[in-house]
Amino acid sequence: MKHTLSVLVENTPGALSRITGLFSGRGFNIESLCVAATLDKTMSHLTLVTSGDEYIIEQIIKQLNRLVDVYKVVDVSEGEFVEREMALIKVKAEDETRAEVLRMCDIFRCKVVDVSPKTYTIEITGPENKLKAVLELLKPIGIKELARTGTIAMQREKKIK
Amino acid sequence: MTKMAGKQMVIEAFKKEGVDVVFGFPGGAIIDVYDTLEKDGTIKHVLVRHEQGAAHAADGYARATGKVGVCIATSGPGATNTVTGIATAYADSIPMVVITGQVPTGLIGNDAFQEVDIVGITRPCTKHNYLVKDVKDLPRILKEAFYIARSGRPGPVLIDLPKDVQNSVGEFDYPDKIRLRSYNPTVEPNNKQIERAFRLIERSKQPIIYAGGGVIIANAHKELRKLAESIYAPVTMTLMGLGGFPGTHEQSLGMLGMHGTYCANMAMANTDLIIAVGARFDDRVTGKIEAFAPNAKIIHIDIDPTSIQKNVKVDVPIVGDCRKALKKLIKAVEEEGRPPEIWKEHYIPWWDQIRAWAERHPLSYKDEPGVIKPQYVIEKLYELTKGKAIITTEVGQNQMWTAQFYKFDEPRTLLTSGGLGTMGYGFPAAIGAQMGCPDKIVVDVAGDGSIQMCIQEMATAMEQKLPVKIVILNNQFLGMVRQWQELFYDRVYAATEFSVTPDFVRLAEAYGAKGFSATKPEEVEDVLKKGLESEGVAIMEFAIAREEGVFPMVPAGKATTEMLLV
Ligand SMILES: Cc1ncc(C[n+]2csc(CCOP(=O)(O)OP(=O)(O)O)c2C)c(N)n1
Repeated sequence: MKHTLSVLVENTPGALSRITGLFSGRGFNIESLCVAATLDKTMSHLTLVTSGDEYIIEQIIKQLNRLVDVYKVVDVSEGEFVEREMALIKVKAEDETRAEVLRMCDIFRCKVVDVSPKTYTIEITGPENKLKAVLELLKPIGIKELARTGTIAMQREKKIK
Repeated sequence: MTKMAGKQMVIEAFKKEGVDVVFGFPGGAIIDVYDTLEKDGTIKHVLVRHEQGAAHAADGYARATGKVGVCIATSGPGATNTVTGIATAYADSIPMVVITGQVPTGLIGNDAFQEVDIVGITRPCTKHNYLVKDVKDLPRILKEAFYIARSGRPGPVLIDLPKDVQNSVGEFDYPDKIRLRSYNPTVEPNNKQIERAFRLIERSKQPIIYAGGGVIIANAHKELRKLAESIYAPVTMTLMGLGGFPGTHEQSLGMLGMHGTYCANMAMANTDLIIAVGARFDDRVTGKIEAFAPNAKIIHIDIDPTSIQKNVKVDVPIVGDCRKALKKLIKAVEEEGRPPEIWKEHYIPWWDQIRAWAERHPLSYKDEPGVIKPQYVIEKLYELTKGKAIITTEVGQNQMWTAQFYKFDEPRTLLTSGGLGTMGYGFPAAIGAQMGCPDKIVVDVAGDGSIQMCIQEMATAMEQKLPVKIVILNNQFLGMVRQWQELFYDRVYAATEFSVTPDFVRLAEAYGAKGFSATKPEEVEDVLKKGLESEGVAIMEFAIAREEGVFPMVPAGKATTEMLLV
């Protein structure tokens, strides 16, 4: 099972490599990892997508918590959550396909951020499965380059009646 | 607040932390700290002959005294030489602070002379580590290092100190107390969990206490004994737990696991309740995990949540300090439980069964005329030291025979590399232990293989006038590996037989120490007496039965009930 962990960690040199080292050293896997600053400059926020059965996930969370630099670990996928990933896709767009690419952008609400005679570069944001769907559809047309951010996620606030 | 150079801060922090001795070896990148240490003159320095020895000595000092052990090394090769010692301490949760010199900050990353990324190298084998880039951070880092090393589940912490930082001046503001927002080990056990644990104990018909090194680290041996006696439960210990409960106590079943007693392994296999205290269900203890304690409920007390539910499923996890948890359990037993006689009565059938196992296959060995049996040497050593010595061991058969035949009654009297299994550990650890406990008899029980891994520390022991004793069980084999080859590799002794071994008596003499050797059983006692009674360092060498094995033995990957017996 896939799990999305949200990790707050001290913004110190080496903190990130402690975390990645923990995953490689203990044979856990990282499907994606996204790190950035938070409002508090002394902390970094890290979203990590991993997979494993409940025991492995329990171990991963405990092992992360054991690191001196880790402040907080939340398994956001335990409850309701929003996740987003962004990708930049440079896709072949020549005579016959130019219109088709634009149509697809429209359907999936992607943005064209760069145009050349033979390519479009499009920006897409959404949950991972949306990115997957778009990539599947664009593949036959010809993807020349792809850059993805990895997932970021947040728990949903409880809705009050 | 006073201004001072980084190198002085290190020494002042040592004083504030109550460090009375450091073990180390100098070099260009740490020469400034050494200069300050020497000129200050208040902290004893033990000059080793190899940095691995410094790390093991600091570790042995920590295990024997319960204080943080400190070692110092220079950059590059000095630092890398400490790595085995750091990993050894990490595996057994030993509090240690390691200070390494580093090339000046401006040269870091340039492949400078004797530069190595020791912080990167030791990241997976330290509890935490630091590269100090600015002297203004140094007091805080020093404070944190000692605090992290000794609190929670203890472990080694490394501080890498560039040469320019050692010489820069800053404010020395050394806090008395610190709080780290991201590091808060759970010390206080949860009362609800204690209550649940007590209910399980109450319902159990065949309980067993399984005690590990955590009992010793937490100084919880008195509480463990109290709990065991008040519910009249049998107690088995891991290698690291030996001494956490008296080995001569009628409720002790001895060690469990790969080379544990028949009785302890059978009891673990048949129990309906395991009360695990500061132990981690290591593979050497559980054997084949699917067959481990099939009918048991498990209560697991440990300060490190990652140890719980890592290898086995647990019914009542209790995260916290072992001593505090045991105290609470004792209170529950006293307030709500049955009176001691009733507990005792309750377990009569269980104890009958246990006694039957103990009688069927007690620890034993076969005597052979004219040949020295290693077990006999350990028995005699136990007798002659009245069980009061601090024993360190190397790794292999020597370690297991010691664990089986020396009855450890007190905590911190067996110092052995359990988690990492580091050959070469025992002798430098004995030096550290003797520094910390000058009035104790300290003996390293060694194999002829392991002792050669840190034999250079003979010079250190002589120089410090430490009366450390070494018992070498010489089988001219890497015995434990040979035993595996005998049993599982068609008796092909690949790379385990030594054709050259030094004359250990003359080797001792070459260092200015005493050397004695025995080749016949009737000489054993005399040699031990001479060695133990001699004033300074002494080697006692015993030519033992060459192909003697350690039994019982659970072959790796087998169920713990599938023991090979004597
Ligand atoms: C540094 C290191 N290298 C290799 C091993 C693997 N090993 C485990 S026991 C053993 C044999 C030890 O031989 P010796 O010290 O003579 O002790 P004996 O088993 O004969 O008592 C070896 C090589 C180890 N534990 N540590």
